[in-house]
Parts: sequence; C-alpha cells; structure tokens
Amino acid sequence: MWRRVTAALGLVIATFGVAACGGSDSDKGAVTLNWFIFNEPSGAPQKIAEACSKQSGGAYKINFEYLPSQADQQREQLVRRLGAEDSSLDLLGLDVVWTGEFANAGWLKPVPQKTEGVVTENVFDSVLQTARFEDKLYTVPIWSNTQLLWYRKDRSPQPPKTFDEMIDAAEKLGPQKGRFQIQANRYEGLVVLVNQLIESAGTSILSGPTTMKLDREPTERALAILGRLSRSSASPSNVSTSTEDTARLGFEGGDSTFMINYPFVYPSAKENAPDVFKQIAAAKFPQVDPSKPSKPPIGGINIGVSAFSKHPDQAFAATECLIKPSNQLEVAKLGGLPPVRSDVYDKPEIDKIYPGFADVIRESIQDAAPRPSESPAYQDLSLAIQRAIHPTTEIDPKNPGPAYDRLRDYVEKAIKREGLL
Amino acid sequence: MTAVPIGKRKADKPAISDKTKAERKLAYMLVAPAVIAMLLVTVYPILYAVALSVQKVDLRFPDESGFVGLDNYAAVLTSDLWWQGVLNTTLIAVISVSIELVLGMGLALIMHKALFGRGIVRTATLIPYGIVTVVAAFAWFFAFDPSSGFVNNLPFVPEDKAWFGEHNSALSVIIMAEVWKTTPFMALLLLAGLATIDEGLYEAARVDGATAWQRFWRITLPLLKPALLVALLFRMLDAFRVFDSIFVMTRGSQDTESVSILGYNQLISRLNLGLGSAVSVLIFVLVLGIAFFFVRVLGTSSPAGQGEK
Repeated sequence: MWRRVTAALGLVIATFGVAACGGSDSDKGAVTLNWFIFNEPSGAPQKIAEACSKQSGGAYKINFEYLPSQADQQREQLVRRLGAEDSSLDLLGLDVVWTGEFANAGWLKPVPQKTEGVVTENVFDSVLQTARFEDKLYTVPIWSNTQLLWYRKDRSPQPPKTFDEMIDAAEKLGPQKGRFQIQANRYEGLVVLVNQLIESAGTSILSGPTTMKLDREPTERALAILGRLSRSSASPSNVSTSTEDTARLGFEGGDSTFMINYPFVYPSAKENAPDVFKQIAAAKFPQVDPSKPSKPPIGGINIGVSAFSKHPDQAFAATECLIKPSNQLEVAKLGGLPPVRSDVYDKPEIDKIYPGFADVIRESIQDAAPRPSESPAYQDLSLAIQRAIHPTTEIDPKNPGPAYDRLRDYVEKAIKREGLL
Repeated sequence: MTAVPIGKRKADKPAISDKTKAERKLAYMLVAPAVIAMLLVTVYPILYAVALSVQKVDLRFPDESGFVGLDNYAAVLTSDLWWQGVLNTTLIAVISVSIELVLGMGLALIMHKALFGRGIVRTATLIPYGIVTVVAAFAWFFAFDPSSGFVNNLPFVPEDKAWFGEHNSALSVIIMAEVWKTTPFMALLLLAGLATIDEGLYEAARVDGATAWQRFWRITLPLLKPALLVALLFRMLDAFRVFDSIFVMTRGSQDTESVSILGYNQLISRLNLGLGSAVSVLIFVLVLGIAFFFVRVLGTSSPAGQGEK
C-alpha cells in the first residue's frame, strides 16, 4: 500500500518536473501563446493558427484553450481569469461587444501604432467601430457576422423591403405557410433585434459612452414594429423564448416564409431540409422607416492581447498574421464566417461560399450599426434592455408609449449603473 | 448543538482531574486543524463578502472604488427585483419542500416496510438524487421544450404550449424538477428516523387495537419529529439557494428569478462586486434566519421528544 502511494507521489513529482522543464525549454525557442477562444466547429482558427506558427520561423507557437460555445459563458470565464490577472492568457477571442468593458477594466493592451496600420487596412468602418474604445484601437477584428432576411422564393417572389410589408405578406399567407422567425427570448439576441430596429428607425440607444439618446418618435416607431412582430397571427408560437436556433428550426420546419438570422442557416438548411433549401433566398435586413436605410446587426470576433500576457510582442505579431486576407478567406471557406476586409469580397471564391448573397453580406456589414458597446457598462445596458422589453408580446403596437418610458427608465439606470439588474 | 451538553457537563462537575485536562487539551489539538481549515474556507470569504458589500467595487471601473457604507444594501432593499426574487424563492422553497415532505414520507415508509428487494427499491429511489443538478435540469428542460420534448405530445397537453414562455408554467416546471431531484434526500433522512423507532411500540399498539392510521399519527409521527425537523431544515436551506434549475431552464426570465440568480447577475455578469456582495450577505442573513427559526422555535421540543424515549 505504502509502496504504491510513494510510487504515485513520485510520478506526480516527476510530471511536475517535466512540465517545469517544458516551460523553460519553450522560453529559449518558440514562445507559446495561449489563445482563449470558443471551439469554432469548422476548425478554421486552428488551421490558420498552425500556419502562422509555422510561418513565424520559431518565434511563437499558438496553443488553443477552449471557451464554452455560448458568448456569455465565454465572457464569464475570461473575466474571471483577467480579474485575477492571470498571465497565462495571451490572445483573446472577444465578442464584438466586449471591447469597451475589457479596455476600461485595463485588461487589454492597446494595439501598437505599427500594428494598427496593417490590421485596419480595408476593414469596414462599422467593424472597426467595435474594435475601438475612446478612439483607441484595443482589438483586431478577425471575422464579422451579420443578419439577413431569409425568405422563400416560392411564397414571396420578391423580398419585402420593410418590416410592415413583411408582416402584411406573412399574415396574408396564413399561419400554415406564412410565419416569420425572429429572436425575442430574454437574451443578447433580443438586444440585437431592439438595437437594429431603433437604429433603422433613425436614432440610437446612446449618443456617447455615458449619454442616452433614444429620441421618442423613432424609438416608439421601432417598438411598435417589435410589438407587431410579437403579436401578429404570423408570429411564431414560441416568440417569447425564440433564439437563433429555434428560428432556424422553425424555418426548416416549413411553415415559415421569412426569417431574420445569421448565414449559418444556409448550410444548415442544405443539410437538414433540402426541400426548404431549394426555395431559400436572402435579402438585406428590412427597413423600419421606408425613407431610411436599414441598419443590419454586426457580430463576429475581435482578437485582443491580454494586458497580463508575458509575450505581447509575439502576440501582436501573431495577430497580424492571423488576420491576413488569405487567412480571412480561409476562415470564410471553412467556417462560413464573413471577412472583415472589403477587398476580400472581391475574390472569386467568395461567391462560392455565399452563393447569390455575397453582395448582400458585404453591403449589410458595411451599413451595419453596432450595439451600444462603446459603454464599458454594456453588460448593464444589455440586461436593462432585456428586462425593459421582454416579453415583447406586451408591447402594444398602437400605443408603444408605455414601453418607451420603461425602456428609457431602464437605460438611464443602467448608464448610471444604479440598482439591481 | 454539541456545545450545549459539554457546557452542561462542565457545570455539573466543577472539579476536573488532571487526566481530563490533558484529554481536553489533546482534543483541542486534534480539532484545531479542522477548525483552522473551516475558518480559512468559510469565515474568511464571509468576512470578505461583508467588507466588499460596504464598498463600491466594480471590476470594469477599477478607478471608482471606495467606501459607501450601506448604500449597496439600500439599493438592493429598495429594488422591486429583490423582493420579487425573495417571493419567488420563498414560493419555490415552500411548495417544493411541502411536496417533497409528503412524497418523501411515502417513499420512506415503502423503503422501511419493503419485505423483498429492499436494496433495489432503495437504489431506484436514490437515482434522481445521484444525478448532477445541472444535468437533471437539462433533462427537464428538454422534456418540456415544445420543439424537442415529449411532454407536449402527451394526452390533455396542448401541443404548442410554451412552458417557459409564461410565469406560472415556468415556475411549476422548476418546482417539479426540484421535487423530483431532492425527494430521495428527504426520504433518506426520514428512513433513518424510522429505523430508530422501536418495533415493540407498534406491537403494543396493535394489541391495544390501534388502527394503522392511529399508529402512524400517534407513534410514527411524534417519534419521527426530530428527524423530520432536521430533514425540513436541510431542505429549506438548500431550496432557498435554488440556482441550477432556474439558470438552465429560464435564466430568470418570466419573473422566475431566485435571489441566487440575482446575486449571480450582479457578481458574475455585471462584475459589480459591491452590489453583488450585498445581495450575497442578505441571502446569508435570510438563510441564517431560517436556520434560527427551525432550531430555536421549532427545534426546542426535539430534545424533550428524545428525552421521553
């Protein structure tokens, strides 16, 4: 018995010894950079990271540390480590709405001048907006994302231009064929919908990191649309719990004609619902006001370098390599994730990746309006908006005033970071 | 609880021999490591939470920290969300513990009286308790989810019922999941209590012509009271901190937030450590209050009950 315990102890000590040696060895040669990012299912980040490690000529080696697949859980893990000043994080895969929060907390190294020129070249302004905080570049966009209006050509030969047109067309088709799919559960997806409706109506939630905008007339117009979307006879029955995935499933089920969703639904329909796939087409996010252009949402991942990293120089060098146009194209090919540089969309391969809707994606990202993430208290804002608006079925499309007042109150409190949320 | 008898003994015997003194010293030394470990892992975090709760601390705004006195507590106690959370938590705790008590008692009696297959009966009963709460919560979530669950295909259930889309049904599913998960724990504690009751009492009662109902009401219940109170106390404290099921099923939407979810939102999502710690300290005070109520108000009769035996 004792012999066995001693043997086990010896093994443990030996392992630690080896690990320690490994550490000092790699310090002499290639530096190991830990990239904390969710495990993107296509394996595209791994592939480009491996290529970059090789091209660095032994300067660095990128090692993956995987975060959960849900954005809020990714944030929780990152925040817990960064709050404790963990030096094992080098590269961070950040959702586009975390830049302000992480930068203000002092967790990100600002992008150095010489890197900034390389990594912002030809990048869409809307995307760069999500990478900056107080006019300083803190993160480097690697891939973007946006929502399109997906519709069925057989039931609606022309895509509706506005939300009102879409709801009218859907109601006319009836609940057996005409349903539309949106995201209105109490989660970040609802904040995306509300923000895009408000932006498309011609106003914004914030006018600066700590100042509220929310002009009454356009905001009420946006909320009235949201109320209509939730109470229509063509709304999905699970509208109060609807997410990107329930929307996709609903659309693949066949009783829907319209859906607001990200491009992942395209390959998914191809695989799961070939009949629906034959009819699927994409158009730009609908307008709220026929006289104003629509403002599609923007998602995606920006790379940040941790302020506690021991190898910031190598980390920025790795970032420069990871976001090279050829790598962006590779990520789009493998994972279907839209590039952040406009010139990549000129490549012929892009049309194969997004057959028939490459231009819509490009235009959507170009015209996109980010969520109010310039506020370091974005998380408070997001929680407050969710609380104020959910369930969306309670918004009266004919009288959106009470919903507007509620939203204003909550946003005001969130900006001041007062009270519970 | 053990402190009371020791104190009593001390009062009874004022003279302490050298041997007892040495033994007592040894006893102190033996418990010291455990006490120190407890102090480190429980008292320190509790005091730290109390210290944080009177400060403005927000990880996202490192430059803004400072002492704010009771401001955080005022913010929590004047918030509708806090009181809604307390109400939800109390509802979930009281309803689920009541149902568990009845079901648990039934299960305990079955396990106690089972003539054959005792091992199998006990194991089968305990399975839900052995499943990780998060996993159990997901199982219930998927069962009631309209797109993946079987529940909406059952007779008398409307096919498109969105269980988590509305307050009452969402809360009911959460309570059902809690009951399913922890009834075995209740049954186990009650079974232990049943095992201590002398069979002779029942025989005597039977000889005197007591019915089964009378035997249960007059013998089982009174003698089970100490075990029953302990089981209720444990479950109440546990149920009051309900978190996993709600987090998995609704994330607190449809007004199903418990106080723990509220604390989580302030601490983990908002990184507002001051406000979040105030919530935690208030939950601690509430739990302490429940324990006090059980031990002092209800528990006073339990030593007497044991004394009679």
